[in-house]
Amino acid sequence: MTNSIGELEKDANCIFVIGSNTTENHPVIGMKIKKNVLQNGARLIVADPRRTDLAKIADVYLPHLPGSDVALVNGMMNVIISEGLADLDFIAQHTEGFEEMAALVAKYTPEFVAPITGVPAEDIRKAARLYAESGNSAICYAMGLTQHRTGTDNVKSVCNLAMLTGNIGRPGTGVDPLRGQNNVQGACDMGGLPNVFTAYQAVTNDATQEKFEQAWGVSLPSQNGLVLTEVINKAHHGDIKALYVVGENPMMSDPDLVHVEDALEKIDFVVVQDIFFTETAKCADVVLPSACFAEKDGTFSNTERRVQRVRKAVSAPGEARVDWEILCEVATRMGYPMNYDNSEQIFEEIRTLTPSYAGISYQRIENGGLQWPCATEEHPGTPYLHKDGNFSRGLGAFTAIDYIAPGELPDENYPLRLTTGRSLFHYHTGTMTRRASALNEHVPTAELEVNPEQANALGIANDDMVSVSTRRGRLEMKAKVTDTIAPGVIFTTFHFTETPANLLTSSEFLDPTAKIPEYKVSAAIVEKI
Amino acid sequence: MITLTINGKEVQTPKGSTILEACQQAGIPIPTLCYDPDLRLAGSCRMCLVEIKGRPLYAASCVAPAENGIVVETESPGIVAARKVILELLSARHNFNCQVCEKNGNCKLQDYCYQYGVKESRFNYGEPTNYPINDPNPFFERDYNKCIMCTRCVRACEDISIVRAISVENRGHHAKISTAFDGNLTDSPCVFCGQCVMVCPTGALTSKVSAGLGRSYEVDKVLTTCSYCGTGCTLELNVKDDRVVGVTSNRTDTGSPVNKGALCVKGRFGWDFINSPERLTTPLIKENGEFRKASWDEALDLVAKRLGEIKTEFGADSMAVFTSARVTNEENYIAQKFTRAVLGTNNVDHCARL
Repeated sequence: MTNSIGELEKDANCIFVIGSNTTENHPVIGMKIKKNVLQNGARLIVADPRRTDLAKIADVYLPHLPGSDVALVNGMMNVIISEGLADLDFIAQHTEGFEEMAALVAKYTPEFVAPITGVPAEDIRKAARLYAESGNSAICYAMGLTQHRTGTDNVKSVCNLAMLTGNIGRPGTGVDPLRGQNNVQGACDMGGLPNVFTAYQAVTNDATQEKFEQAWGVSLPSQNGLVLTEVINKAHHGDIKALYVVGENPMMSDPDLVHVEDALEKIDFVVVQDIFFTETAKCADVVLPSACFAEKDGTFSNTERRVQRVRKAVSAPGEARVDWEILCEVATRMGYPMNYDNSEQIFEEIRTLTPSYAGISYQRIENGGLQWPCATEEHPGTPYLHKDGNFSRGLGAFTAIDYIAPGELPDENYPLRLTTGRSLFHYHTGTMTRRASALNEHVPTAELEVNPEQANALGIANDDMVSVSTRRGRLEMKAKVTDTIAPGVIFTTFHFTETPANLLTSSEFLDPTAKIPEYKVSAAIVEKI
Repeated sequence: MITLTINGKEVQTPKGSTILEACQQAGIPIPTLCYDPDLRLAGSCRMCLVEIKGRPLYAASCVAPAENGIVVETESPGIVAARKVILELLSARHNFNCQVCEKNGNCKLQDYCYQYGVKESRFNYGEPTNYPINDPNPFFERDYNKCIMCTRCVRACEDISIVRAISVENRGHHAKISTAFDGNLTDSPCVFCGQCVMVCPTGALTSKVSAGLGRSYEVDKVLTTCSYCGTGCTLELNVKDDRVVGVTSNRTDTGSPVNKGALCVKGRFGWDFINSPERLTTPLIKENGEFRKASWDEALDLVAKRLGEIKTEFGADSMAVFTSARVTNEENYIAQKFTRAVLGTNNVDHCARL
């Protein structure tokens, strides 16, 4: 997030939520948004094919079709520019590329955008005015925006929108990705990515490489590595010989599971290090038992860049060990000794190599955590980025982005758009929540959400068993007939090993930059069983 | 600033403060039940009554403004007598089965009855309350035979969770916390975040997941960060005999900077996977398609040997590591260092995309 969670409760006068079912996926942030809207009078715009809890209290609800985000945002920008609501001073002083972007969105009139998005032109106008005219406007998004072949375009589009109205660099403004996992921010910050070391220092930069080579006393590869989806595709062609999986479950979370299983089978040697015998562990040659969050010390970095302590409360079960110890053991046995007394010692090493974490220490975050960038021990942390319109690259770059349709649009054989997501009561691949007694008792199975109009046409009643098929596979589950989902769209969750939704999703259409799969749109057909 | 006298001592407090806040700032304890600093004031339980010299009525200090020159007594004989009657009234329909109550030792009603020597209520008219304890949700018990109608749960649902699943139905002796049409929570807008459980001062609302596993005075509370979504809520793991037996909230700004004690259903009630019998407890090695148990030494040697062989035969870029958005920063750092420095490839990624 460019800004902080607390600002959504107090400082934002208008919040534009797109592709985030916040009250289910980030419930405490959802509470703060609701408080601001219902008690402080903040305005709310929600764009989502599902009429989420937030949509129900929104000033404007835009039920846009999955995959039509760029068109929708271009439509809003068209209105803002044509009605003179753009912040021309901010644009002139702090940005570049405006003319090109403005020329492109000129054709995206609300009337042009309405048939692409399924949203009435007048609602697009209302949303645009509300966002541009409310004072401090914030944008919140989640995987509903990013899990598309145009995920990068979608994110750049909302950045365009924020810069167009000068809604950046002040409390209550900004572009706020609500990140879905406890430490996904930290995993990225720590260089758990194929192209960067810690703090996003490029592996292809000579000076950076030299710095890390000196620190680690070894020569390092200088080519970018493969992203996760590329690893699976390469494995499919027999080009990956060993895979070491730490606390991930690609056999539930990756697109097109038949493809993933084939790929894992072709890898000579697979190690899975996890707290449970996951679907992926079944494909392993060696399974190593690890400690869960309650059994170790360390830090997590949350979605607002706040580094907070994780504290050991209990011993790990049986012989299970903390993940860093296991990796250090393997490294040492491979001839590169890695020895640390405790997690704090590792953190101290991180600080020396990671400018944005340099000022953070266990002692400083004992009470309350610190938000990076935090360069020195005196630095108070950074609640919001790009203060006074100062972008890290200098001028904020507008990008002219044309709408591109999803990779797999409905056709005669697969007439519906399937989109996937999470339930309030479960988490990701269900490894933890399916084994949390109360959560699993409360929601033990997946359901397929179908619009009443659609259900009627298909002769489906609530609770009927239905099949849902795509070009990749077929699942059977109960239908939940609900008018909270747009006609032509169906939804299910991906937590359940009995009905793994990613059997249905496609690995074919990846965002060219982020290589993120298009989970949010698969052409599908539903039949009554 | 306002200057007033409390228990013979001159106290200064910012303008706009209540008498309760002035007392708290001066370190003078005042018993409260319905008062919660994060919730809209109710002023309904009357436990915090104080005497203001020269005024005909006792004032509820949680809602009474601190005024210049007033003289306040917080434990005068009249106040003590009033509090005893109030406790009798509040507990008129309270089922005092403290010996089996989850909140024994962590119950404000129990504490105040003890402090003021109230052993029974003369106002129960011999009628024990008999509300059914049968809400079928798996997360928390609703036992309104222990409810004192402080309405903190209602206000937490309105002011913290912003859900409004519950309200007060009926009046007087028959008043009760209820969903619309007095049904089950599962049929209401309730999202089972348990903010109501967090603020309940008695045993009316208690976790079913923690039931019977430990009293509050038997557990150590370890402050940590939730392992579900990316919000980064702080929570307290309740530990008894090296086992997590529950989750509670830390409600301070420093202890809980993101959520100030508020949690969701997963954070508050979704912790018992930690103790699951399905946890992996020993390394496993696959042989002829079947897994068998192995020692750490054997498993680690095998991993090191095979990775070394593959590196030699097929090169570093034939290997990849998936690190995890679930594990700590320190572990992610070690995982990418291992990939780059030991395996010799940049093929390291995690599920940020998924």
